[in-house]
Amino acid sequence: MATASAPAAHPETTTGLDHRKLLMWAFLGSDCLFFGSLVATYLLYHGKSLTGPYPYEVFNIPYTSVSAFVLLMSSLTMVLALAAIQRGDMRGLKIWLLATALLGSVFLGGQYFEFTTFVEHGLTIKSNLFGSTFFTLTGFHGLHVTVGVIILLSFWVQALRSKIKPEQHLNIELAGLYWHFVDVVWIVIFTVVYLVEAPNIIT
Amino acid sequence: MATTAQRHEQAHPTPAKYAAIAVILALITLVEVGVVYAGVGGLLLPILIVLSATKFGLVAMFYMHLKFDHRLFSALFVGGILLTTAILIALMSLFRVFFS
Repeated sequence: MATASAPAAHPETTTGLDHRKLLMWAFLGSDCLFFGSLVATYLLYHGKSLTGPYPYEVFNIPYTSVSAFVLLMSSLTMVLALAAIQRGDMRGLKIWLLATALLGSVFLGGQYFEFTTFVEHGLTIKSNLFGSTFFTLTGFHGLHVTVGVIILLSFWVQALRSKIKPEQHLNIELAGLYWHFVDVVWIVIFTVVYLVEAPNIIT
Repeated sequence: MATTAQRHEQAHPTPAKYAAIAVILALITLVEVGVVYAGVGGLLLPILIVLSATKFGLVAMFYMHLKFDHRLFSALFVGGILLTTAILIALMSLFRVFFS
């Protein structure tokens, strides 16, 4: 298949770049710091809980791996939605946007199930340092995913009502950038929080 | 400069290439989980860092189009990542995580 069609021209700016896209990248750069601080806090307090439950008692690596895979694949459907609108394929846009929102919802459902399982095991945000840092980090990530799903569904409804045109593809691109960011943050969390802990679970 | 930006966007990959990247990402995730269960001892952390950094890079370069878009976008994002890394190292050092 040929490469994507030419994007519509935007008003002249001092950088020659669309300011909305520039703003989105500036936001994503700053959001790195937000999640970096939460990851740092998790790592600093790792292994310092005085009482359980401890990570190795509650983590389920195969379950979280499937969850991570689902979010990873939602990045594919998201970029396919962008490719669809860039070539004027509005049917494809609707399909891939809905698929992305559904995969995001599956991830959130998985996180809800994981959280409730942890609570059943006695781990809450107030239980110990592990609980506080874990729920804060993954909870804020879940909040980001929730915002992403709402944005995607709002674009999907607009597409259903034919309120979004191919020349407005930048809106989808910006939503996509946010979505992919949420995905890369989970790549880091999945490794730093879950996989690094795995040997303690297996042995 | 607008022309440059548009020329960059025209070079976005095809859906087939996006799918190929997704297969690579899925395979890396499989390897990550496999490595964890293989029991590689002290090599686990460096291997996981390399694998997750590869996944991160693939998504950022191809799905977020940093490989094709204007460098200013990369500068904003990579700048954030570098600052984050610096803060992480500073905090770990302050709390003596590296020396414990």
